[in-house]
Amino acid sequence: MSELTITLLRLGYLALLWVLVLSSIAVLRRDLYGTRITKRRARRQAPVPAGGPVAVGPSTAPTPVVGHQGRAGQGRAGQGRGAQGRGSQRSARLVVTQGPLTGTIVPLGQSAVVVGRAPGCTLVLDDDYSSSKHARIFPQAGQWFVEDLGSTNGTFVGDERIDAPTPLPPGRSVRVGRSVIELQG
Amino acid sequence: MATVEPHRVRAGRGTELLLLVLALAIGVGAYALVGLGTSDEVPPDVLGYGAGLAALAVALHLVLRWRAPYADPVILPATVALNGIGLAMIYRIDFAYELRDKANGFAGRQLMWTAIAVGLAAIVLVVLRDHRTLRRFTYTAMVVALGLLALPLMPVIGRSINGARIWVYFGGVGMQPAEFAKLALAVFFAGYLVTHRDTLALAGSKFLGLQLPRARDLGPILVVWACSIAVLVLEKDLGTSLLIFGLFVAMLYLATERVSWVVIGLLMFVGGAMVAATAFAHVGARFDVWLHALDPEIFDRAPGGSGQLVRGLFGMASGGLFGTGWGDGRPDLVPYAESDFIVASLGEELGLTGLLAILMLYAVLTQRGMRAAIGVRDGFGKLLAGGLAFVVAWQCFVVVGGVTRLIPLTGLTTPFLAYGGSSLLANWIIVALLLRISNDARRPAPAARGLRPDEPLPDDLLDDVPDEPDDAVPVRVSARGEHPVGAEPDEHPTERIGRLS
Repeated sequence: MSELTITLLRLGYLALLWVLVLSSIAVLRRDLYGTRITKRRARRQAPVPAGGPVAVGPSTAPTPVVGHQGRAGQGRAGQGRGAQGRGSQRSARLVVTQGPLTGTIVPLGQSAVVVGRAPGCTLVLDDDYSSSKHARIFPQAGQWFVEDLGSTNGTFVGDERIDAPTPLPPGRSVRVGRSVIELQG
Repeated sequence: MATVEPHRVRAGRGTELLLLVLALAIGVGAYALVGLGTSDEVPPDVLGYGAGLAALAVALHLVLRWRAPYADPVILPATVALNGIGLAMIYRIDFAYELRDKANGFAGRQLMWTAIAVGLAAIVLVVLRDHRTLRRFTYTAMVVALGLLALPLMPVIGRSINGARIWVYFGGVGMQPAEFAKLALAVFFAGYLVTHRDTLALAGSKFLGLQLPRARDLGPILVVWACSIAVLVLEKDLGTSLLIFGLFVAMLYLATERVSWVVIGLLMFVGGAMVAATAFAHVGARFDVWLHALDPEIFDRAPGGSGQLVRGLFGMASGGLFGTGWGDGRPDLVPYAESDFIVASLGEELGLTGLLAILMLYAVLTQRGMRAAIGVRDGFGKLLAGGLAFVVAWQCFVVVGGVTRLIPLTGLTTPFLAYGGSSLLANWIIVALLLRISNDARRPAPAARGLRPDEPLPDDLLDDVPDEPDDAVPVRVSARGEHPVGAEPDEHPTERIGRLS
């Protein structure tokens, strides 16, 4: 076998080794960044405090913060259409309209969503006035309900402090600590 | 204004299969190139060998699809590639020994051990459905570990080879129980530290800006230190001693996040090792070899000279940047080229480029282990995954550091590469445990918590519920004993959620 072939095989093998290493790293790359945060253009209805920093759940969140809906793509499509693009119950979402997280959107799927300060919550509020597990928003019989999880400062729908699961129609706002969350769907 | 979108978790089994193809190409390619390099022809059984290796890897891949579908997709390919490279190098060194009529059939035995080890890993994955089960065996693991460590000291079965008494012989089969002891120790440390870490993290006095732990909490580290020094004194093995103590200090740091433990641990070990170096000729010789490797009198010293180390260094030097190529170097000139010095052999034939790729594979493997530790939700799993990932990296550091003269040479094996059944079995079990834990870490939301009995079920569990008026208060519909979505049956609910703020 010629010297050239041997050299090519030798270097080719080293290249193959690095292809494995680099493709492993490429697989991991996405893992380094946790949740994805997309900056959006200012929406019409929400009052936006200038330059409000957007803190988001821990980037090391073990699993996706929004439960096992597996429909992230669909949720994204729903947001792309903006405020007027509201579809059926399926593309409901939670929007934070006041508080440190103003402008944050959490696409809702089929499963319940927990709001609070604990890192395990779906929507992690950076808000001293909310409890670690403050409120739960869940779907039942085609409608969304909000329920207080024994929080210190209470959960308010409109101006009423709630003490039982309360239906949450789209557009109604919920106050949790200093944050106000609105269901849009 | 921002939209928070979680990544959809991909199980990654398809990715794993693709990477496995690459990893197998590396293993089988090495085997073929060894044939080309040594005898100018591809070995006739390369297809059979490739098929066997592929069958092992794919079998484990299928077990993962069956029992751990969300396991990390990179761990298995990296391991398969490392094991394949190790097999090819051992085969290549066997070939060189055959030319010198010192044939010993290492390659065949290593292949057999690989098959057994992969089988064992598959069994671990199938039998161990949840790593938290291991927490029940915390103190059993401690007894097992101490027993395994003491085994080589037993009169009949224990045997002293090259000064270190770390071997046990049953009939004709030898094994190094310390390799399995490290597994048991990792389980014990994880179980122990997860219950005691709050005490161990308490702050004591402050010294030079370092927050020291309280003096009365020094007990555990002293006990483990005494154990590792006992191993060093009684078995005269620096490697095992370093492994045990390093593992404990690392897991202590993981559990308490206190740098002071690392500093204390390092000081204690260095102190102990210095005393041992002056008191025991065997250990002292290792230090001489390390510090004065190129002195002629040290090089020529009959037992415990630096010949092996220096020949290894020369081998790597002759490999240079791109290596001599598979089968074209002379790695067999270094004693124990197939086990302790396999890194030097690889450095010679694959060069710095290849050796760095191999080290990168270890780095990726460790990173995945650590990532699983971050992702998993129970404290025990976090510590176990962190400890196991650390052990692979630590062993790698101690061996490669020894061969490259960064630290004194110790008798540890290079995980997956070096010849040795015990090491292969133990490390494949580590990989199986990491895969199991990473499956738990990456599985999409087993819900941050389960539902309380008085909570309504999410509506995807309720089918055909009669329509209710909109303002009705939801009622729980399911019967008791059903498991709501996300709350799987769980016999051992150990810290499912971890520490909440």
